[in-house]
Amino acid sequence: MTDPLHLGASRRAFLGLAAGGLALAGGSAPARAEKVKTQARIVILGAGAAGTAMANRLVDRLDGAKITIIDGRKQHLYQPGFTLIASGLKPADYSVSSTGEWLPRGVDWIDEAAAEIDPEAKKIVTAGGKTVAYDYLILAAGLTLDWGAIEGFSLDMVGTNGIGAVYAGPEYAARTWGAMDRFTDEGDVALFTRPATEMKCAGAPLKYTFLTDDYARRKGSRGRVRIDYAAHGGSLFSVPIVNEKVRMLFDDRGVNVTYNRVMKAIDPAKKIATFSSPEGDVEMEYDFTNVIPPMVAPEVIRNSPLPWQSGKWVNEGWAEVDPQTLRHARYPEVFAVGDIAGVPKGKTAASVKWQVPVAEDHLVADIAGKMSPAIYNGYTSCPLITRVGRAMLVEFDYKNNLTPSFPGMIAPLEELWISWLMKEVALKATYNAMLRGKA
Amino acid sequence: MKDLTLETLIAVFEEIFGTALFWTMVAVAVIITLAFIFVLIRDRSLEARYLARAELSAPIGAIAAILFVQYMTNSGFSDIGGPVDLIVLMLTGIAGAGGLIFLAYVVQALLGRDEEESY
Repeated sequence: MTDPLHLGASRRAFLGLAAGGLALAGGSAPARAEKVKTQARIVILGAGAAGTAMANRLVDRLDGAKITIIDGRKQHLYQPGFTLIASGLKPADYSVSSTGEWLPRGVDWIDEAAAEIDPEAKKIVTAGGKTVAYDYLILAAGLTLDWGAIEGFSLDMVGTNGIGAVYAGPEYAARTWGAMDRFTDEGDVALFTRPATEMKCAGAPLKYTFLTDDYARRKGSRGRVRIDYAAHGGSLFSVPIVNEKVRMLFDDRGVNVTYNRVMKAIDPAKKIATFSSPEGDVEMEYDFTNVIPPMVAPEVIRNSPLPWQSGKWVNEGWAEVDPQTLRHARYPEVFAVGDIAGVPKGKTAASVKWQVPVAEDHLVADIAGKMSPAIYNGYTSCPLITRVGRAMLVEFDYKNNLTPSFPGMIAPLEELWISWLMKEVALKATYNAMLRGKA
Repeated sequence: MKDLTLETLIAVFEEIFGTALFWTMVAVAVIITLAFIFVLIRDRSLEARYLARAELSAPIGAIAAILFVQYMTNSGFSDIGGPVDLIVLMLTGIAGAGGLIFLAYVVQALLGRDEEESY
């Protein structure tokens, strides 16, 4: 890219894309008022997308606060990139950066996992035995992939015998691509599914089904390929209007759908997966599959008093917060953002983008002795890839309303090139800007 | 999307290209624009022969820009799925064409003058 002509052209072409990318990640930048002076001790648990964005924003809003971020992971993962890695479009390192490079000056990073949270005494004990007291706590601990819940599966199988696991991380996504590439050369049965728990990016299992179909078509092997999709419940997607569209597209692409099946075991030797269903256990054959395990809150949260104490999430452990303010229902000085928040929709980077400014504003208002009017309406978005080169820019809220950022211009339920361009080019840039608290 | 501020847009562009490359590109664009203004003031008019020749380069700029975007994004003409995609395609082409005309004119005007002076 040293040719100035290309630079000029691409710069303009990307202008619209970047604007679109902002929509994917959501967007809100409250006017920067004078910094609030405080000596409050704020602890952020987790330095992923939500925790890092929060740290950067709080540093800009507060003067004198002691902000501590606790996370033992040295790597920062750009998770929206996993699907592209597992499709052979990006290398594994596309999603990998370091935790430290995103954290602002003035924040104290303790690179250890948290071992215990005591919201009564307002303190956290780390795995290394450090005790950290707080006045305000931001839960941004993400979620845990419960691989052990799929009997017979282990991560070292990924990439062999037609077993894929896109969610497991960038290296596993790359190995999954190897398996998908071989499968679409050879043909036979591809089996896709999703867990029955809340999950991050509920569109991703659908995307990967579409992409496998697309590669088989491009390679001319689609005639030798059967694609089965086992839905965990009675629908393919939680938003009814999107579900109908995906149902039609699956019909068009020749994907066989069965409902109410949840994967519980896999037998790599026989290439058979076992599903629980209302009729009892059902076996389904596969030659290629993308294993997605149940998703639950990290142990440190589940072992604390912070999760929902009743209702459908008791066994999953998500933090009991108000869906509109993200403030904890029983501990008002605690907020939850990102995957750990026990709210009905989301668990995407786009949700993070819209949740963080709301929780931030309520926290800063608390410190300043004011009230914040900020409300999170459940906005999230999913660039639902339907083939290499096309996607549907699906955006919705708590009420299952579609919330298109470009009404009349980018149709949410149409397979469009522009939506693909946003996913490919602008999304990561917008995500990175969000991490820095700037988008 | 609530607010799309200039600051946000700049932050996103810095992330797409990297801070150094982005600002280098801005600088290159500004230099070409200044050079254009310079030759415009110097010649006190648009030189028709330069402009005509520069316009010949337009289709090359348009096609190059479209192919460049497609190459960078693993996509092609068959991915056009709706009217908005055609608009994006055309805007990409127009941007490429305009950019190349602009540059070709400036280069000719600068070099051409030098040639005349050397006679």
